[in-house]
Amino acid sequence: MSSLLTSARVTPAEIAKELAFFAVIAFMMSIMILGVETVDRPTGLELALRWDLVILAIASTLVGRLGLIVRREHMSRLLQAVLIVVSAVMVFEMFVRFRDMDDRWAAPVTFDMAFQSVTSVIVFVAMIAVVFAIAYFSASTKRVVTEEEKAQSISSRLQVAYRTNTKKIGFVGILFFFIFPLLFGENRSAIDLATLVMIYIMLGWGLNIVVGLAGLLDLGYVAFYAVGAYSYALLSQHFGLSFWLCLPMAGIFSASFGIILGFPVLRLRGDYLAIVTLGFGEIIRVVLINWYNLTGGPDGIASIERPSFFGLAEFSRRVPEGVTSFSDLFGIDYSSMHRLIFLYYLILILALVTNFVTMRLRKLPIGRAWEALREDEIACRSLGINPTNTKLSAFAIGAMFGGFAGAFFATRQGFISPESFTFLESAVILAIVVMGGMGSQIGVVLAAIVMIGFPEMFRELAEYRMLIFGAGMVAIMLWRPRGLLSFRDPTILLNMSKKEKVAGENS
Amino acid sequence: MDWAYFLQQLINGLTLGAIYGLIAIGYTMVYGIIGMINFAHGEIYMLGAFHSLITFLICQAAGISGILPLTLLLMLVVSMVMTSVYGWGVERIAYRPLRGSFRLAALISAIGMSIFLQNFVQIAQGARVKAMQPFIKGGITLMESPNFNVQLSYMQIIIIVLTFVLMVVFSTLIAKTSLGRAQRACEQDRTMAGLLGINVDRTISTTFVMGAALASVAGMMVTLYYGVIDFYIGFLAGVKAFTAAVLGGIGSLPGAMLGGLLIGLIESFWSGYLTIEYKDVATFGILVLVLIFRPWGLLGKPEVEKV
Repeated sequence: MSSLLTSARVTPAEIAKELAFFAVIAFMMSIMILGVETVDRPTGLELALRWDLVILAIASTLVGRLGLIVRREHMSRLLQAVLIVVSAVMVFEMFVRFRDMDDRWAAPVTFDMAFQSVTSVIVFVAMIAVVFAIAYFSASTKRVVTEEEKAQSISSRLQVAYRTNTKKIGFVGILFFFIFPLLFGENRSAIDLATLVMIYIMLGWGLNIVVGLAGLLDLGYVAFYAVGAYSYALLSQHFGLSFWLCLPMAGIFSASFGIILGFPVLRLRGDYLAIVTLGFGEIIRVVLINWYNLTGGPDGIASIERPSFFGLAEFSRRVPEGVTSFSDLFGIDYSSMHRLIFLYYLILILALVTNFVTMRLRKLPIGRAWEALREDEIACRSLGINPTNTKLSAFAIGAMFGGFAGAFFATRQGFISPESFTFLESAVILAIVVMGGMGSQIGVVLAAIVMIGFPEMFRELAEYRMLIFGAGMVAIMLWRPRGLLSFRDPTILLNMSKKEKVAGENS
Repeated sequence: MDWAYFLQQLINGLTLGAIYGLIAIGYTMVYGIIGMINFAHGEIYMLGAFHSLITFLICQAAGISGILPLTLLLMLVVSMVMTSVYGWGVERIAYRPLRGSFRLAALISAIGMSIFLQNFVQIAQGARVKAMQPFIKGGITLMESPNFNVQLSYMQIIIIVLTFVLMVVFSTLIAKTSLGRAQRACEQDRTMAGLLGINVDRTISTTFVMGAALASVAGMMVTLYYGVIDFYIGFLAGVKAFTAAVLGGIGSLPGAMLGGLLIGLIESFWSGYLTIEYKDVATFGILVLVLIFRPWGLLGKPEVEKV
């Protein structure tokens, strides 16, 4: 274990130079945005200086950079972990100081707050320990990693385990989601959160058909989600149709919408397609805001009908004459949780249908054509596959599932407005698909839990939620550019089982 | 047909178009050289706006805001320099490690960066709209008609002249200097350029820095022109500027400027003669039409697909 200053590869002068460079960069980036705050006063904007934040920003950059230098030169693990932890603490301190500036945090200390601070100390220490452990164990002190060592590393063993046992993992996952309400049946927020995550899983699976399988970059998926939601809301309000009738109709509307949009633009390649779909997403939103007579404009549509128990019973406490209530139907006591749990199972089933259809479609000629098109369009064309029609089918099917999810969203919320269908939503869904590892169904579940579940749990950090979300997106991409579960196995292999192939690759 | 009204819309459209054009150049240069959509470019523009606003407030506090040219120059230089550092930093942190990776990874990283920067500014500077007093007032009355006076404000003159000057400077930079040659070489073939001794990493960084500097000028102009900014202005302006870049032919510098002007004019005329609510729809509608019938844009060259 060589010490920092006697390393053969870098001289202290070089380190000092590098650090000075980054100090200047950090200073320039923070001096105005962090160092000066614009404050609204009745007389106009005024300035408030915050030098402490600038100093913290520079210090954390320097310490973090030093940690990265130690890591790059494969020096002491311990030193590296300590430096990274110190840098992280400084960043944390910076955010705490932001928070202190708000007046509501200057309230007198009470017992409740003291208790809170004890827990927050525990959480804080635990977080430091986690950062330390990650920094310590991810560091390598050896310079060269041979192929053999690579195969023996934990992550590649996990890879093999995952790739050979995909079905079992999926089955356990489904089982877990089915018994979830039994475990947390009385916890309203847990069920709500699980339902929300499930909506995103379904959207992710729907978009996975377009992005993961067919390789079409769609930045406006939320448009189909919106079409589904609004078509259910409007059909139910104007024609009094029930949820169960509207669900397939919402899907059909969204799919035909996908076909109409897709037909002219699917000839475009890659990034152009992305930007056109983004444009369509925005167009839909602008139309929803401005077509006041139909959509209610920015006010949205309120009191959308809730779904009944397959048309047999209602979930309300007081039901109109001649309608059975859910609790009477099964002879149990009324509970407001029944509807929530029913909604949870509804979206679970919808999501599983999406998954099942995708898995089956992948084995059909059309699914294989999607995967082939994703890999090489020119080869596909020369083999007689019609690229436009094949892409269109992926686009339409993806849109259809988006429409189903939209109808469910409308009936769950009971209120929709264009606010719910912004570009950010599209970005989140796309991020779920790409982070999961494009084309991987389990990856989508994992990514949806990471992206939706975790931020929702830390709701108190509301202001920082999106900040951490954005930084997390960048970090996951840097760490695993191909997504969390990034194996692009073809669905069907020639003359070989999947297990043999994986074993062959790793031996 | 009311010519006075038409002329006024033309002036407003050109001013708006100059701003879009300056942002669009950043998109087009980055796309040309590394073939990715720099999604965070709109946020760079927003940062430029904030930097210039803060510089202005500092000038005001220091009591030199009365000296107009000095304040303008300070705002211009400070926001260009500071924002360039952000452009450099974004490339270094979020894009360079992903350069060899597949295209979607860089795009997702860019979207993440965009969300991060937006929320960073929101937390650091507050979510409220920042309004400032009109700084450069007055203008020239070009034409008087019974119900309408055509106004060309000094601010509009500054915007159009400054854009023109910057365009000339940057075109010369790209066409004449060794830096510009290195950039064009990297655009054609990065591997070959690297083999011939061009520092590819540095050239790409410079591209980001140049794009960020131009976007920050656009940010400064918006701050002065409209007088209101917030942390969210980057998204829509970014998307429209990208539309402009595609419309003009992505990868082409004059194309980006032309596209920007066209988008500005379309927006201004659409809101002047038709409905103001649907002006964004008009912009995107035109983007779609261009991409369907002329995917390589107005001044771009059609790409030949090779195996």
